[in-house]
Amino acid sequence: MMEFVWLIPALPLLGFLILSLFNKYIPKAASGYIASGMLLGSFLIVLNLLFSAIGGNLKPTVVIVFDWINVGDLNLALSFQLDNLSVWFMSIITGVGFLIHMYSISYMHDDEGVTRYFSYLNLFVFSMLLLVMGSNYVVMFTGWEGVGLCSYLLIGFWFKNQAYNDAAKKAFIMNRIGDLGFLLGMLLIYHQFKTLEYSQVFDQALKIINPNEQSGIMIAITLLLFIGAMGKSAQIPLYTWLPDAMAGPTPVSALIHAATMVTAGIYMIARSNVLYSMAPCTLDFIYIIGTSTAILAALIGLTQTDIKKVLAYSTVSQLGFMFMAIGLGGYSAGVFHVTTHAFFKALLFLGAGSVIHAMGGEQDIRKMGGLMKKLPITFVTFIIATLAIAGIPPLAGFFSKDAILALAFEASPVKWGLGVFAALLTTFYMFRMLYLTFFGEFRGTTHQKEHLHESPLLMTIPLMVLAFLTVVSGFIEIPHVFVHDGSNWFSHYLAGANIALPEASHISASTEFMLMGTALVLVVLVILITYVLYVSKKTLPASSESEMSFLDKLSYNKFYVDELYDAVVVKPIALLSDFNSNIIEKQFIDRIVNLSGRSIQWSGKTIRYIQSGDVNTYAIFMVVGIVVILFLNLVL
Amino acid sequence: MSEYLVLCSILFSLGAFGVLYRRNILVMFMSIELMLNSVNLLMVYFSALHNDQSGQVFVFFIMAVAAAEITIGLAILVMIFRHLGSINIDSLKKLKW
Repeated sequence: MMEFVWLIPALPLLGFLILSLFNKYIPKAASGYIASGMLLGSFLIVLNLLFSAIGGNLKPTVVIVFDWINVGDLNLALSFQLDNLSVWFMSIITGVGFLIHMYSISYMHDDEGVTRYFSYLNLFVFSMLLLVMGSNYVVMFTGWEGVGLCSYLLIGFWFKNQAYNDAAKKAFIMNRIGDLGFLLGMLLIYHQFKTLEYSQVFDQALKIINPNEQSGIMIAITLLLFIGAMGKSAQIPLYTWLPDAMAGPTPVSALIHAATMVTAGIYMIARSNVLYSMAPCTLDFIYIIGTSTAILAALIGLTQTDIKKVLAYSTVSQLGFMFMAIGLGGYSAGVFHVTTHAFFKALLFLGAGSVIHAMGGEQDIRKMGGLMKKLPITFVTFIIATLAIAGIPPLAGFFSKDAILALAFEASPVKWGLGVFAALLTTFYMFRMLYLTFFGEFRGTTHQKEHLHESPLLMTIPLMVLAFLTVVSGFIEIPHVFVHDGSNWFSHYLAGANIALPEASHISASTEFMLMGTALVLVVLVILITYVLYVSKKTLPASSESEMSFLDKLSYNKFYVDELYDAVVVKPIALLSDFNSNIIEKQFIDRIVNLSGRSIQWSGKTIRYIQSGDVNTYAIFMVVGIVVILFLNLVL
Repeated sequence: MSEYLVLCSILFSLGAFGVLYRRNILVMFMSIELMLNSVNLLMVYFSALHNDQSGQVFVFFIMAVAAAEITIGLAILVMIFRHLGSINIDSLKKLKW
């Protein structure tokens, strides 16, 4: 089995090479099938690994593909770490990735750049696999940069629209800021431990660092790595790129900006959990960032009117939830939420894509409504995902959110309250969107109304598969209070990958039931409120800003964070650039350059009269020159 | 024996002055020939001084090549005369700034 491991990333890479090198010779209709076929191959191999991992037969293994860097005492190999954690992520990436490839075949079929689109998608999957499979930080970093590049390419896929290009650049630059932190963290690890291999780093860390006292170096390393995670996983203060990233095609938003790439930060921290557990300070910091991101993004989500923007803020908020879990020390709860989120958020995005497809490109939920009857499959799958994200049992979201909330309650009831508050906000904006889109009367143009249709099978099958997964994936981590045997299967599974089992909870069963019940009742209450607001009363979000209340305006304008960044960072830098360009460049550098040019011109103009055309003059110069040289030779 | 050196220097300088002062291209050619042959003479002198025959043989070669060379020069001179109707060097001043 292990001999074929290198094929997992190699197949998507091959697909990328074929599609990009023979772009012109491949029929447009075939490119999607080539890309999907490659991914299916990887998925089957991964599935094999997953089954042996689930059976408990997968020993953590390092597969070396080739020696990569040998400089001084730095020996790096391109090698893959295969254990329960990486195989789990690989399954999500290739599985959800394959479904989204399939969906894209139909969604993108009439786009002129479809071959380019699929080549980028394959490159993305390759990079993402590299990220999770690498057995040292350098391979992870390579994948980390690769996914950033693909994200940039795909956000700016329709590059003729300048706004989309700007969104792509914003994503890239925000990610660069985070990547710098990651790089510095990596260098610090190397400086401290003289190696970058996971297993060696963790061994050394356990040996060198005394767990009982705070170690500054560990805090620095973990904080720097977390800055990388902030960029990639869109946390405060680097989250503003993700909502803008919705400029890309909808399947891209589903795959990259919801299901896989943005969870890279969680994977990185879960992978380095040994280091993070030694730095409780960092964990507290992660908790604060995660919680504030979850709440802030949810508050912004409340008033957005673009269907994809709502989902984008929901993604940011859910990522905040995952970091909340990690900040509380619940690595397995974080990864569990990654898993369920990957399914229901991909489903939501693909559902939104199906809606946008039917509406002929319209994304404003104020102009939708009543789509329930026209798009039955999309509606049913969408409502499953919405219920899941709201945390209605027995759907996946209930279990993963409950695991995080239970952790929070153990830390303190206030933390639990904050978590529930974020969850309620999530429920509100998700149901607001659901009602506005699928219930009530159709509010679009008559032309759109005639055009409404359910998406083809190639698009609805992924929806159905994801809906199925959304329903069942929660059962991998049933809390202890429900069953006696076989509870918390997923935590035990991850324990095989060096992620410590969470301590047995000391909350009594009755308290836990009460917590679940309270959260559930509140969620249902919020659902009813939104129903009354948006279905019974048919409230519509204000069509212009002037009609909004102050708070609405604040949320609708994303708390003016973009404007704040513009004023604090962008403007000063632009000012400095202007100064450099107008004063330093034009007044100093340009003048020096011009001066040298002009002096050459002047001397040429003056000295050229020596060339008189008179042969005798030349001859005299020559003779005088020779005499002078001879004279100098004789005398000196 | 240094009188040979003095003679050659005088001949060479005469040639050089001829080139510098004369305006007639034909005379300038002749002056150049004088410079060349002063050097040839010097070569013969040194060959005798060092008891080495090759220097004298070399001079014959130089004379043969110089004859061929001057033929080309004269051909050009004829063309200049046909073109400009004069062999004064001052009429050739077009190639300047």
